[in-house]
Amino acid sequence: MSALKPLPRWADIILLPLINLTLAFIVAGLVVFAIGQNPLAALDAIITGAFGSGYNIGYTLYYSTNFIFTGLAVAVAAHAGLFNIGGNGQAYIAGLGVILVALAMQSLPWWLTFPVAILAGAAVGGFWGFVPGYLQAKRGSHVVITTIMFNFIASAIMIYVVVNLLKPPGILAPESASIAVEGRMPKLGTFIPWFKNTDVNFTLILALICLVGAYFLIWHTRFGFAMRALGQNPTATRYAGMSNSRITMIVMTMSGALAGMVAVNQVFGVQYRLVLDYVADAGFVGIAVALMGRNHPLGILLAALLFGALYQGGNELQYVIPGLSKEMVVVIQALVILFTGAMEGLFRPALQRLFSGGPAAARSGG
Amino acid sequence: MVSAVVSTGEAQAQRPLGAAASDLAIELVKINKRFGPVHANKDIDLKVRRGTVHGIVGENGAGKSTLMSILYGFYTADSGEIRVNGRAEAITDSRYALKLGIGMVHQHFMLVDNFSILENVVLGAEDSALLGKSLTRARAELTRLAREYRLEVDPDAIIEDVSVGTQQRVEILKALYRGADVLILDEPTGVLTPAEADDLFRVLNVLRDQGKTIILITHKLREIMAVTDYVSVMRQGQMVETLKTSETSPEQLAELMVGRRVLLRVDKGAAHPGDTFLSVEDLVVKDDLGVTRVKGVSFSVRAGEIVGIAGVAGNGQSELLESVSGMRDQSAGTVKLKGVPLSLEGDDGAHRARKAGLAHVPEDRQRMGLITSFEEWENAMLGYEDDKAYGKGLLLDINAARAEARERIAKFDIRPTNERLKTANFSGGNQQKIVLAREMERNPDVLIVGQPTRGVDIGAIEFIHNQIIKMRDAGKAILLVSVELDEIRSLSDRILVMFDGQIVGEADPATATEQELGLMMAGIGKEAGK
Repeated sequence: MSALKPLPRWADIILLPLINLTLAFIVAGLVVFAIGQNPLAALDAIITGAFGSGYNIGYTLYYSTNFIFTGLAVAVAAHAGLFNIGGNGQAYIAGLGVILVALAMQSLPWWLTFPVAILAGAAVGGFWGFVPGYLQAKRGSHVVITTIMFNFIASAIMIYVVVNLLKPPGILAPESASIAVEGRMPKLGTFIPWFKNTDVNFTLILALICLVGAYFLIWHTRFGFAMRALGQNPTATRYAGMSNSRITMIVMTMSGALAGMVAVNQVFGVQYRLVLDYVADAGFVGIAVALMGRNHPLGILLAALLFGALYQGGNELQYVIPGLSKEMVVVIQALVILFTGAMEGLFRPALQRLFSGGPAAARSGG
Repeated sequence: MVSAVVSTGEAQAQRPLGAAASDLAIELVKINKRFGPVHANKDIDLKVRRGTVHGIVGENGAGKSTLMSILYGFYTADSGEIRVNGRAEAITDSRYALKLGIGMVHQHFMLVDNFSILENVVLGAEDSALLGKSLTRARAELTRLAREYRLEVDPDAIIEDVSVGTQQRVEILKALYRGADVLILDEPTGVLTPAEADDLFRVLNVLRDQGKTIILITHKLREIMAVTDYVSVMRQGQMVETLKTSETSPEQLAELMVGRRVLLRVDKGAAHPGDTFLSVEDLVVKDDLGVTRVKGVSFSVRAGEIVGIAGVAGNGQSELLESVSGMRDQSAGTVKLKGVPLSLEGDDGAHRARKAGLAHVPEDRQRMGLITSFEEWENAMLGYEDDKAYGKGLLLDINAARAEARERIAKFDIRPTNERLKTANFSGGNQQKIVLAREMERNPDVLIVGQPTRGVDIGAIEFIHNQIIKMRDAGKAILLVSVELDEIRSLSDRILVMFDGQIVGEADPATATEQELGLMMAGIGKEAGK
């Protein structure tokens, strides 16, 4: 009965996020201006910092890799009507699987270890998603609550395991032993010199494969159909006889496994050892990425690139403009998340009015 | 088949049709409203006399609700004039409409479930920041209203504890408490049992006799004939005609609504029952709150017959349907299909039931039978998405699914004929056809149908009834549950009456009278049919 029609697809996927992003930058610019710096110089520093050279792009892509995984983790669950806030914990604990495999196979060539590390990360991350899924499906505990709690449990377990079990004697930092040099995966810069020695690695390819895979899973498989059905109307799936509990558990497992791929990027691709808090809240950024990307793999790719650029550009910003501290960068990133994620619907009604025929719709006819 | 439940009274009949302007409570002149390309109201003229019950009928999408929303200030008309008591008014919001004495009772109640009736009545009409005074005044006012209009309620009862009929009463009281002289009721009986509906009509008669004006929006002709003084027919955004109810007939109204002659009776030949296809033995089912709603029910349905289950809503029919179709776990009993017990436990029970040849058209298509945010073709395979017709292995053959959906759209005359359209954009009748096509085209042995024509327009009702009879004549066993007694009587070959979770009697539709069935439905004279 509403007089407002839904937005055309392109406006929903491109125009609306662009407007939100512009507004975020304007407000961030005002903040920069308020502390006595030039907003345009800051914007220039961020863009140059993110895309200025192969070096900058390499780091942007490295951050984006993490955000693709966590964004997909949130999106896949969201299609089934599940809000997985546990991406952080799932990505974190998956590091256990990755490092154990990597250390056990460190004398073998990296390309043998890589797929096994992926499976191990997926298995451990997936398990960390499965348990909340099981608890919701069989015991009625809401995943929003359990996944948040599982983030804390993961954090505590990891501290215990790293400090008490994995840390070799003689090392002061709380971290595991490093993978032997001959077992390490080379970075992309080894093959594409343009990237220099940046952290972007083969996990990026894995992320792109996951994007395509998620697209097929969601829209081209029977299971995808069932999980979207569950997300839209759980009574109808019960009527259809799709097992709601089974779908919930499988989706949460897949979601956790996707988040777990962050561990492959960080532990196997970059740091070669397990350090504490290596996820660096990528799991939470994934929520914003999924929101901004409308839970669509293409949107997630773009949103992950944006946030990757913001992370990398923001890191550079503090070196280019000394007056802008690292905290300032966090403020800018937070504003982007606020406008593109939390308040993404801000302009929707106005845009809908515009697309429904503007003022003509209000005063026509007769 | 249509019988006036409540006499309409004679007082209003004395007023001539060409009444003076001062007699008009509401007058709409050349109202136009467009939503994008849709011209929802075209040059609508409407005169509503004071102290009458004025019905507005039309199929879904005819523009009735839009027109009333304009009168109530929810929408603003693109052009046209609204006159209230002879004065032109610009009704820009519902608060102003209320000030003019126009109150609306919505189809979906706007009540706070965990508030008492008294609190709900006061909500939004408080006199001051402290509630005490308002509540005292409201209590006195409720007592007066109850006396004057015979609208008794317990002011301290909590909304979620009272029946739907009482909740509706509270909505009416809310409007009256705010001083409404003109009451608009939008499809008020959609959620009511027949007894509650009769009760509502009685209240409407009292309100009318006390000088209130009532506008009743409905698509049920039975209600128009039973309670209105005048009736206006809308079709495709236009006002077709306004008639005196006493001078028209359901057949004439149906023809005006649909634009062609409509068969209100169901034409069907004699049944030729064969083997028992569906048998239910000692079924016990609990609802979500753990209350036993089906208490040891046994019956069977044979091939080539339609067994109708009559009963007032809420006597266990919903739970029975959900349980037999595998949507709800059963506490005890067996369901057999062609003599083979079905295993229905777990949340994929419905899947196994379908595989065994039991199809189900659910009572509530929007809540259960469809995913309204999905495209039509996706709903056309809901529940059958594992079928080989939709591709091999894990992948879905989208083109095959869409092609099949297009075939069914043609076969079942589903409109609009676009399988890529969101299901929410189809009318109630067409949505029901999507469900029927999906469940019937699989050629099941047993078809379970709940409320097949609820919220469906007259043109589609005819089609749906004929499809059900066609299934019967093709040798299928059909279990029909409906709260529309007329529907049960005209479709069924055998009627079972359900009351308080049990089957209290069986009747032959050819011989059983409405009174007999009504008594059994009320739990009186249990053995009447046996």
